[in-house]
Amino acid sequence: MKVHRHSYDAVVVGAGGAGLRAAIETAGKCRVAVLTKLYPTRSHTGAAQGGMCAALANVEEDSWEWHAFDTVKGGDYLVDQPAAEIMCREAIDAVIELEHFGMPFNRTPEGRIDQRRFGGHTRNHGEGPVRRACYAADRTGHMILQTLYQQCLARDVNFFNEFQVLDIAFSEGRVSGLVAYELATGDLHVFHTKAALFATGGYGRMFKVSSNAVTLTGDGPGVLYRRGIPMEDMEFFQFHPTGIYKLGILLSEAARGEGGILRNADGERFMERYAPTVKDLAPRDMVSRAILTEVREGRGMGDNKDYVHLDLTHLPPEQIDAKLPDITDFVRTYMGLEPKTELIPIQPTAHYAMGGIPTNINAEVVVDSDNTVLPGLYAAGECACVSVHGANRLGTNSLLDIVVFGRRGGTAMAKYVNEVSHADLPREVEGETRQLVERLRAGTGGENVADIRSRLQEEMMDKASVFRTDESLRTVLGTVRSLRERYEQASIQDKGAVFNYDLTEAIELGFLIDLAESLVVSALARTESRGAHFRDDHPTRDDANWMRHSLAFRTDDGSVRLDYKPVVGGKYEPMERKY
Amino acid sequence: MAVVDVELKIKRYNPEQDKKPHWETYEVRVEDTDRVVDALHEVKWHHDGTLSFRRSCVHGVCGSDAMVINGSNALACVLLVKDVGTNITVEPIRGLRVIKDLVVDMEPFFDQYKSVLPYLINSTDPGYEERRQSPEDRERFDDTTKCILCAACTTSCPIYWGNESYVGPAAIVNAHRFIFDSRDEAAGDRLDILNQRSGVWRCRTAFSCTEACPRDIKITQAIQEVKRAILYNRI
Repeated sequence: MKVHRHSYDAVVVGAGGAGLRAAIETAGKCRVAVLTKLYPTRSHTGAAQGGMCAALANVEEDSWEWHAFDTVKGGDYLVDQPAAEIMCREAIDAVIELEHFGMPFNRTPEGRIDQRRFGGHTRNHGEGPVRRACYAADRTGHMILQTLYQQCLARDVNFFNEFQVLDIAFSEGRVSGLVAYELATGDLHVFHTKAALFATGGYGRMFKVSSNAVTLTGDGPGVLYRRGIPMEDMEFFQFHPTGIYKLGILLSEAARGEGGILRNADGERFMERYAPTVKDLAPRDMVSRAILTEVREGRGMGDNKDYVHLDLTHLPPEQIDAKLPDITDFVRTYMGLEPKTELIPIQPTAHYAMGGIPTNINAEVVVDSDNTVLPGLYAAGECACVSVHGANRLGTNSLLDIVVFGRRGGTAMAKYVNEVSHADLPREVEGETRQLVERLRAGTGGENVADIRSRLQEEMMDKASVFRTDESLRTVLGTVRSLRERYEQASIQDKGAVFNYDLTEAIELGFLIDLAESLVVSALARTESRGAHFRDDHPTRDDANWMRHSLAFRTDDGSVRLDYKPVVGGKYEPMERKY
Repeated sequence: MAVVDVELKIKRYNPEQDKKPHWETYEVRVEDTDRVVDALHEVKWHHDGTLSFRRSCVHGVCGSDAMVINGSNALACVLLVKDVGTNITVEPIRGLRVIKDLVVDMEPFFDQYKSVLPYLINSTDPGYEERRQSPEDRERFDDTTKCILCAACTTSCPIYWGNESYVGPAAIVNAHRFIFDSRDEAAGDRLDILNQRSGVWRCRTAFSCTEACPRDIKITQAIQEVKRAILYNRI
């Protein structure tokens, strides 16, 4: 394998919203490279639909404090409140800045940025829904991704497209380099750098039904986890209530924000029973549980009675065309149904990782329960855990997270690299990556990567998703560990160097298995129910014992060690979560 | 929903082994409601791991998997098996160099995109508020904001096949998106770029691009609007 060497002040890994926003902030301040295993515009930020909340108060009274309260309550009080306050306060500037960057928001008749309702976002601490989500039809993420990419082009940002980062090096207690695999050639590239910002997105593809791109395999967290960085709050994984049945393709909460209703087999608007005030616009964890409770109690639809309906038929057709064009097209394309006149079969779909690489409010990675900063290492967006989403993220707060903390990370990183010199790279820095690639290429064990992955996805969906028990988690933990043994025996057919996706899929499966194990071990230990983590055998929240963040470390023998750190509180005292 | 046996005929090329492309045929069992990309995955995962193609979101928003399916450009994740039949031929998009199998060199395509200044240019200080834009002005360029840069349009254009200096429909669509944005101040610069030999005048309104667009953008109309803006110096 040929090895190429590069030197930069800073490297951004991943070119979705968080990575691009960080790159914009560093451009012109230091020598920065952006590495992505895709092309920037293929990143999954582009699949986000509904909106980005900010208390602009363009259409009705609102305040960033109400937004912060909703974020804390929506996160079931596992949110670090100072971080949530920063995000909600800076949201306003972030939206205005995006508009100045050229973002084509929908507009009010007065020409201001229009806003609409979204799940869990309320007026005056829960009195009723508020219009807070700024949006561009139902392709808000697409427009943000395009806009940020455009701004990177305007600043001549240096992209390395289809470069997959597979390892990181630390020297003298700080970041010294990255190792990337170039898809087009199969060559390795060593980047000598003072700092790295990880913005690689989520890992929803460890579940069978997911709204995530098939490329969302947790490579960034996986690389760091193997190098001893803990994963925070892995047990909190969001299932979005309205995925297209079986396919998991996302149908935005904006469908309910615009007036859509969920109905069970009896045609009943069942959310009235679960969340009397905000009904269908309750937070996602609650709506997903409500749907699966209806299914469990026999009020699901279809031959297997395993889904419910999203009803848009009462909405004015012109409103559907204007506000929800993309998602209604998905329904026509993939279900063969006309959403203006027919009900849409939906089920909860694995959507968003609240957990991930632990960071502070400047996107600096912190590596223990004392929040010790690892100099030069940053993370932002879904792969990171600040924690602003706590146990359950509110809709639209992910787009907000990527621009607010992408910017903060970029600012902090640019400042840092201008104060330090490069640390020396370790010898043979690419050695382990070379071994990983060569071992997979040479594998003759006969195990099929796709089969192992399917089994992982099925088991995680069945036993570690919306409802969990001690028994289900112990079972899936055993399965994950036996799948790792099978994975050691994996063989791939493609032995070539050029665009060998057979190889990269095998590497990605390794990350998924590692992260799935950390998720299950963290979930098994947490004997309470909070946000997206629901234990049938421990169905209530236990603030006395569990107002703390989990930290999962990978030990040298490959097992998982857990530690904890306190939640950073603030002015909102934990209370029962009713909507 | 029904299980069907599909014959997939795929144009293969491995630069490490082959002197020229060749066809290979695979028989796979899928559901008729599956996407073409699901059938390709079935080939890759259970028949021939050496098959290479790009894909990511698999629901038509990331633009990775444009290819020629039964003779026409499309995204493999938007076409369903039941819509294309059980004999499916798949080839790489045309006009860009094939690197391996269905993977083509996207760099010339993105270079052409970059050549039209695809970013908002406005030198006035907007202060701390949003720039105002009426819903009517916002609607003016709505259609062209949908572009996902999949290259289905550009690589369906017969002019582009014969003349790779032509910027192609996708670049014009993205120029249109800014030319007709009331907040932008550089329409003149973009119109000058598109008035050159490599620009809009190469378009012969064949409508291939419009038919190929998975986002249903009225591309030919957008190109005509740009031509008119150049001719009449009016936006």
